[in-house]
Order: sequence, then structure tokens, then C-alpha cells
Amino acid sequence: MRIELERRADVSKLFSILSPFIALGLTLFFGGIMFMMLGKDPFSALYSFFIEPLTEVWSLHELAIKAAPLILIAVGLSVCYRSNNWNIGAEGQFIMGAIAGSILPVVFYEWQSPLVLPLMMLLGMLGGALFAGIPAFLKAHLNTNEILTSLMLVYVAQLFLDWLVRGPWRNPGGMNFPETRTFDATAVLPEMFASGRAHWGFGFAILAAILIWFMMRYTLKGFEITVLGQSQRAGRFAGFSSRKMIWFSMLLSGALAGLAGIAEVSGAIQQLRPVISPGYGFTAIIVAFLGRLNPLGIVVSGLVLALTYLGGEAVQVSLQISDKPIRVFQGLLLFFVLSCDTLIHYKIRMIWYDLNDTTGEGAR
Amino acid sequence: MGMFEAILLTVITAATPLVLAAIGELVTERSGVLNLGVEGMIIMGAACAFIATQLTGSPYVGILAGIASGAIFSLLFGFLTLTLVANQVATGLALTILGLGVSSMIAEPYLGQSGIKLPQIVFPVLSDIPFLGAVLFKQDLIFYLSIALVAGVNWFLFKSRAGLKLRSVGDSHASAHALGINVIRTRYLAVMFGGACAGLAGAQLSLVYTPQWAENMSAGRGWIALALVVFASWRPWRIVAGGYLFGAVSISQLYAQASGVGIPSQFLSALPYLATIIVLILISHNRRTTLINTPASLGKSFVPDR
Repeated sequence: MRIELERRADVSKLFSILSPFIALGLTLFFGGIMFMMLGKDPFSALYSFFIEPLTEVWSLHELAIKAAPLILIAVGLSVCYRSNNWNIGAEGQFIMGAIAGSILPVVFYEWQSPLVLPLMMLLGMLGGALFAGIPAFLKAHLNTNEILTSLMLVYVAQLFLDWLVRGPWRNPGGMNFPETRTFDATAVLPEMFASGRAHWGFGFAILAAILIWFMMRYTLKGFEITVLGQSQRAGRFAGFSSRKMIWFSMLLSGALAGLAGIAEVSGAIQQLRPVISPGYGFTAIIVAFLGRLNPLGIVVSGLVLALTYLGGEAVQVSLQISDKPIRVFQGLLLFFVLSCDTLIHYKIRMIWYDLNDTTGEGAR
Repeated sequence: MGMFEAILLTVITAATPLVLAAIGELVTERSGVLNLGVEGMIIMGAACAFIATQLTGSPYVGILAGIASGAIFSLLFGFLTLTLVANQVATGLALTILGLGVSSMIAEPYLGQSGIKLPQIVFPVLSDIPFLGAVLFKQDLIFYLSIALVAGVNWFLFKSRAGLKLRSVGDSHASAHALGINVIRTRYLAVMFGGACAGLAGAQLSLVYTPQWAENMSAGRGWIALALVVFASWRPWRIVAGGYLFGAVSISQLYAQASGVGIPSQFLSALPYLATIIVLILISHNRRTTLINTPASLGKSFVPDR
């Protein structure tokens, strides 16, 4: 048996919409099998993984809190990936944004003013953008592979944060725990609704998604991103500079990841710790692809992936299994998304035996 | 044993997984496929090798399990990128994410168990040579395999007919296809070889380097191996040089931490990653040489015309 692909004359509209859903369905199916192999009832496991977190108000707030960084980061990454710049170090840019934004509430903690919060957000964006500027510079001017450099810098950022919270930024009144002082109330991102914990980070995420969607769809910049991503040569003929695009897309995604970092720290954690992210920067890569690199799609897929974090916590309690299945789920999901995307551009044919095979007996 | 020998031995132990994973990826990339899932295949190899060793009591079974798991896991990548022509960068990332998840799930019951270290194979006469004997001829099987693999790959790529075909697939898949070479099959085999080597590298981590299981114990080595391939300009023996250089950097930072120099340990731990970046810059800043060395079809999908 073999599988043959036949290119469609046109992109299939049907499968463009269906493919993320097929991928989700397949992930649920294989996820159910996985729970069965762990000796749990797959239906109740999937229920507590994917439905239960949606039934209560407080957990909807948690969903928004977890979705905010995922959407913010993924929206930026979508611009990178569409323009063929492979920034996979958003996790590091998230951390550096969180650190840069925390300078005010940790170092200058005595300064309390309504200006603190907006300045923190700006510093966060700046920190993330500068950190993404390193692989951007290396790629644009020294021809260095951005995939590897941006990833290596994640480890550097994690170690830098670790040093800060154990060393110079450790809370002097914190019994030697590796954490900074907790932020003053003026440095905490306020809640969006009176009904729960969800903070303005989610608002930023939605706003960013809408702005980037508008840019991609209605502006010359958006056209430039798409053209350069599909063919650098064609872009050059149109007078677009791929070097400038490297800078633009990397700085933009870095700034959004940095904003996600400081919003998470200010809104949800309110201090720095050695670990401030359960891998948001990497999960956001999945979010970007599941949303088909479309900012509005990313809002939906960000909520879906946020649900896997919540569901993972829920099954830990209700089924007494570890949190490990979360990452398996996320990995499976990305695999199925990528395979289903093939359906958009190709027809898939299964060939059980080969009629052209002149050497085989069956052909004669 | 002298201090210098002891240091050299630890450098070799740290370098071997890098050399193994990189030589596998080198073959994969020479066929025109960029598999960014090395990290995921290493960690799968480490988990499966450790589990198999604990179950059977034999680290040699563990080695086989590591190799097999890496190869099988890489088939997932092969199926997506070669049969379904999915984006290679994204699929490689997916393989890494999935590998980190699956390995931590299946090996969770083995956390904290002390493993069985792979025994040394001592060459009777050669190991008595002063200095060199202890370093080169009193090692474990995986070290010998790593050197043999590099030599074998070098011979295969540049002296054998099949190797020439593989390189031609990597340099121009359309021409290779026109000459009647089965591009997809060649690439499947190259991807599986890369997976097997990465799996073996993982087995080295959980059977030799630190004979136990810890989550994320690959600690970015897959990514360093990817950088090594660029560093080596896709030439096998340079992988050994680069691998031992990186091994030396990571060991020297451990010694510096132990000796308590005044630099915070986190800065020293960041050294191998920073070194990787610096080396990448030095190797790739010259656009022309990079262009000449890189397999021309690297990362491009191939769909045969009919």
C-alpha cells in the first residue's frame, strides 16, 4: 500500500475550516485511548479534562488567565511564521519581558503612582523586543540561523531569572525563599470583571489579535509579510526588504511575548519566582498553528490550549493521575494539525496495489 | 590516574551524546531533511533505554531499546514531512514537544530509581598504554560505537554509491528523481538513521552519563547537536571536533562551579548555550561558504510529479 498526494487546483476552503476540527477530534480520540491505557474510564477522563473546567465561573476566569499569554505570544509568532522567520524562543522573550517590567515594582518599589503600571507594560514589551532583537540582528546581519539562536537564548533567560531571584532581587524579608518581594497594589494589573480573577492581560490579548488581524488583512505591511514569506524573490521584485522584515517580525513577536510575560507576572503571580511559565512560549507555537496562523483563529485555539492546562490540573485531582498527559495532548494536537493541513492543498489517495507495476504478476 | 586523564574522561562522556545525535542528524540533513525533533528523539531514547534496562537488568537491551525507540519515533516525523509534506520546521518542533511529554509520562514510575551503569569494555593490551590507554581503550560500548559511526558515515557518504545517491537527493531532489533515485525512500531511511543515532545518544545519557531517569534530562543537547551539524559544515569528522569542544566547555563550567570561582553558577551554566551561539555566528557569517556547504534542498518538501 502507498499514499499518493495530488495537488488541488485551488486551496480547499472546506478543509481550511475543517482541518483544525478534524485535528481536535483525532486528538480527543487518541487521548481517550491514552486514558484507557492508563486504566481510567476514557469518557469521564475526557469530560473532566475538557468539559468540567467550562462549567464554573471561577474556572472560566482561570481559562482567560491561561489563554492570555498563549494568545499574545501566538499572535506575534504568526507574523514571524508567515514571513518565514522561525522565532521559537518566545519562552525566553516572555521571561525577559517579565524581568524588565518588574524593575519598577522590585527595584523602585517605593515609587507608587498610577504611571507605574503603564510603564511596566512598556518596559515588558521593550525587554521582550530587545531579547528577540538578538536573534534578529544575528540573522539579518550575520546570517545566523534564528531557530537555534532564539532557542539557545531561552536557556540563558531562564538561568538569568534564576540568578536574579536567588541573588540580587531576592526578597529581603522573605525567609530566604527564592522569590522577589510581592508587587505593590499599584503595580498589579487589575481584574477585568468583578466576578473573578481574570486580569487585563486577556484584554490585551484580544486587542492584539484584532490589531494584527487588521494589519494582515487590510494593510500593505500585511501583504508584504505574506509575499516575503511565500517567496523572497517575489518580495524583492516588489521592493520589499527581507532584512527589514526579519527585524519587524522578530521585534513585534518579542514585544508581544514580553507583554505577555509582564502581564502574567503583574496580573497572576505578583512577584518573580525561578519559574514563571509552564512553557507558554512553546505551547504558543501549537496555538499559532492550530489557529492556522490567523490572529482570530488564534484566539480560539489559545482558549483550547488553555483548556488543556486547566483540564490537566482537573484530572490530577479527580483521577489521581499526574500532569504529564497535558504535554502529550499538546504534542499530539500539533501533530494532527500539521497532518490535517495537508488536506487543504492536496488530495490524498490510498493506493492498495499498483497498476503500473510491470514487474509484479498482478499487473499482467 | 592523573587529574588530566580524569578531566579528559568526563569530557568524552559529555561529548559522546552530542557526537552521536549530531552524526545522525548530519545524515538526515545530507538527504535534504531538517529534523528539529532531535531533542525529542534523544529524550525518548533515554526514557526507553532506562525502562528496558530496569525491566531486563541488562543495559545492552537498554541500548537496543534506545536505538529502536529513536528510529520508530522518527518515523512519525518522516510520515508527516515526507508522505504528507508537512512543514519540516513545525513538525520537528512537534516531535520535540511530543517526545518530552511522552517520555515524562512513560518513565514517571521510574523516577528516582538508581539505574545500571553500562560496563566498560577493556581492551587487554592497548589499555595498558600510558595515558591514552585509559582514555581510549577503557570505555563503554557506546563510546566505541560513536567513533565507529562517524568513520562509517564518512565512508558511506563519500566513498559508497548509496552515499553519493543520498547526497544527490539532498542537493537536488528533482534531478535525483529524474535519474530514477527514489527520493522519498532515501529520505525515510536517512530520517530513521538520524532517529536511531539520537536514540542511542539518549541511551548514553540514561545509562552512562547519569545512570538514572530525570525529566528533561536531555537539557537542550538535541539543539546543541543541531548547531554542531552547522558547525561541522555537514562533514562527519568535524562533528567529533565540535562535539569534544562543546563537551569541554560544559565540563569546564562544572569544574569552575565546583572550585567556587566568584562567578554565579547560573552564568557558568549558561556558557554552553552562549558558546553555541558564538560558534554559530563564526561559522555562518560568511554567506558564500554557508551556501556552498549547506545541502541545497535542505528543508524543502518533495512531491513527485506524475
